[in-house]
Amino acid sequence: MSGARALAHPKSRPGPPPEAAARPMTYREAMREAIREAMIRDDRVFLMGEDVGRYGGGFGVSLGLLEEFGEARIRDTPLSESGFVGAGIGAALGGMRPIVEIMTVNFSLLALDQILNSAATMLHMSGGQFNVPLVIRMTTGGGRQLAAQHSHSLEGFYAHIPGLRVLAPATVADARSMLWPALESPDPVIIFEHGSLYNSSDGAGDLPSGPTTAGIEHAAVRRAGDDITLVTHGGSLRLCLEAAEVLAAEQISAEVIDLRVLRPIDDATLLTSVSRTHRAVVVDEGWRSVGLSAEVAARIGEECFYDLDAPVARVAALEAPIAYARHLEQATLPNVDRIVAAARATVGSRE
Amino acid sequence: MLRIRRFEERCAELYSAERVRGFVHLYIGQEAVATGVIANLEPDDALVTTYRDHGHALVRGIAMDAIMAEMFGRIEGVCRGRGGSMHLFDAATRLYGGNAIVGGGIPLAVGLALADSMLGRERVTACFFGEGAMAEGEFHEAANLAALWHLPVLFVCENNRYAMGTALDRSESETNLAVKAASYEIPAWSCDGMDVEAMWQTADRAVAHIRSGGGPVFLEARTYRFRAHSMYDPDRYRDRAEIEQWKQRDPLALSEERLRDTGLADDEALQGIDAGVMAEVDRSVAFAEAGHDEPIADLLRFVLSDGAAGPSERAS
Repeated sequence: MSGARALAHPKSRPGPPPEAAARPMTYREAMREAIREAMIRDDRVFLMGEDVGRYGGGFGVSLGLLEEFGEARIRDTPLSESGFVGAGIGAALGGMRPIVEIMTVNFSLLALDQILNSAATMLHMSGGQFNVPLVIRMTTGGGRQLAAQHSHSLEGFYAHIPGLRVLAPATVADARSMLWPALESPDPVIIFEHGSLYNSSDGAGDLPSGPTTAGIEHAAVRRAGDDITLVTHGGSLRLCLEAAEVLAAEQISAEVIDLRVLRPIDDATLLTSVSRTHRAVVVDEGWRSVGLSAEVAARIGEECFYDLDAPVARVAALEAPIAYARHLEQATLPNVDRIVAAARATVGSRE
Repeated sequence: MLRIRRFEERCAELYSAERVRGFVHLYIGQEAVATGVIANLEPDDALVTTYRDHGHALVRGIAMDAIMAEMFGRIEGVCRGRGGSMHLFDAATRLYGGNAIVGGGIPLAVGLALADSMLGRERVTACFFGEGAMAEGEFHEAANLAALWHLPVLFVCENNRYAMGTALDRSESETNLAVKAASYEIPAWSCDGMDVEAMWQTADRAVAHIRSGGGPVFLEARTYRFRAHSMYDPDRYRDRAEIEQWKQRDPLALSEERLRDTGLADDEALQGIDAGVMAEVDRSVAFAEAGHDEPIADLLRFVLSDGAAGPSERAS
């Protein structure tokens, strides 16, 4: 990444002074701080979306930013996803660095034309003439009884598209640190924020207040282990870490990989781990068929076949629209028990 | 206008000879619209258009050679042969496509104008689309944004009366398109899209309004395409008599007549212009034929950036 060059601008100001003491942050606050910092660092950055201003963001991420930065840069839009995402693309082409917020991934389908047919294709279609340095943030995932039009995990749709970079910060630290490199990227970047994470603070008390160098290229090993690799991202990371605890009590040592970057997938981290543990369970809140879990399993099958001691298992959402009733929704989504059961079966198939 | 006409007549021949493939949408009959409007733009202004884009690209000043090479799929083409007829892009003249999703370019034009507005640049973004796009949600979303944010966009609706094969009165509840646009509190004017002078004058007024900080303007250019929707289209949905009637108002013939009447050019001069244009078309075909295929090894280039900032960066 050539961040300094990409963001050099006559009006750029230096970054914020380091805060005196690091403080615990929620995922929501971390994302807000990341936006704030980007706005301060580069005048070309602005936030645009439904209710990002006076309301403070559909999930409260941008609360207070309107007062700090004003209406031009914290820009409320009408309910017109295709219109304002397209406007974000145009503004990026025109030299700005827009952050476009879409309230949920389900709503983003109204803008899929702009994301796929314009943002993702323009650089290639124009023979390398026009890059689109746009960041789109959206909420994804279920678990909050919001039923079948606010709960789906469609990361796989976007991860399917050449020309996009797709990120899924699953920790407070990543929420804090992935936005800036996303803005530095000359390419369109989609950031998925799992709705269940906003209130979480995953013990991030010693989170650095400035940007980190975690970047937007690599997966992260969240827990080291030897017997099996649990591969996941976003809202399911917490489930996998809990499952790993349960498995540890059974003398099964699980490594947990957080993909973090869903496109392009960091094969090296993934395959290195599975080559060593010889078993894998892929956990994805998206639907099982033709989805992200299928892609990850296929890559493991293609590259690690002779290292595998068991077939790759998958724990994904059941193949139905997500229902409102709590018990139905919970039965649809991956959970710790299902992950543990899949891991046990995978390890058990060794004997 | 003559350059567009002769270029496209040759494209039609080359398509029939299977030298040019894909979808090819001819602008023949509509030349006065792009010509009259784009003549009012400055080099820093931006242009967004549709898949019927040869005319806009030529008038904007992109070399005919590079456009023809693009039609041939050559690396010497304006987009290295990756876009083809429907996707002409040019950073040097700020042509942002060549968008083949009906209505898809309109929000993008609004965004370009938003960037200008936020950066305090006094530029205009001209956005061309057909009347078919006015049935798309993206037109309405974009028009609303442009008006709400008072952005310097010139919307140019080229009403050629047919959205592919569907006539205007079969696709729009309100066939007076300026009335629809005006509902967004956008000044909306209709004009004769077959008359390049009328087109120029109306666009001049519109661009002046936008440059003076007046916000977006909508123009409905009433025009007609003499050819089918695309080279692929058998054109079964139009009355031959209707086509012939519109050809009586051929924008080229109207202009030639006016040049003769005013004494600005006689037959000899006009023939000389035509011969010069034909020679330019010949040269562009020779250029395209002598062109090269992009190496397949480069196919994956520009899916993502190579790390270097592109012209969007320079545009700032």
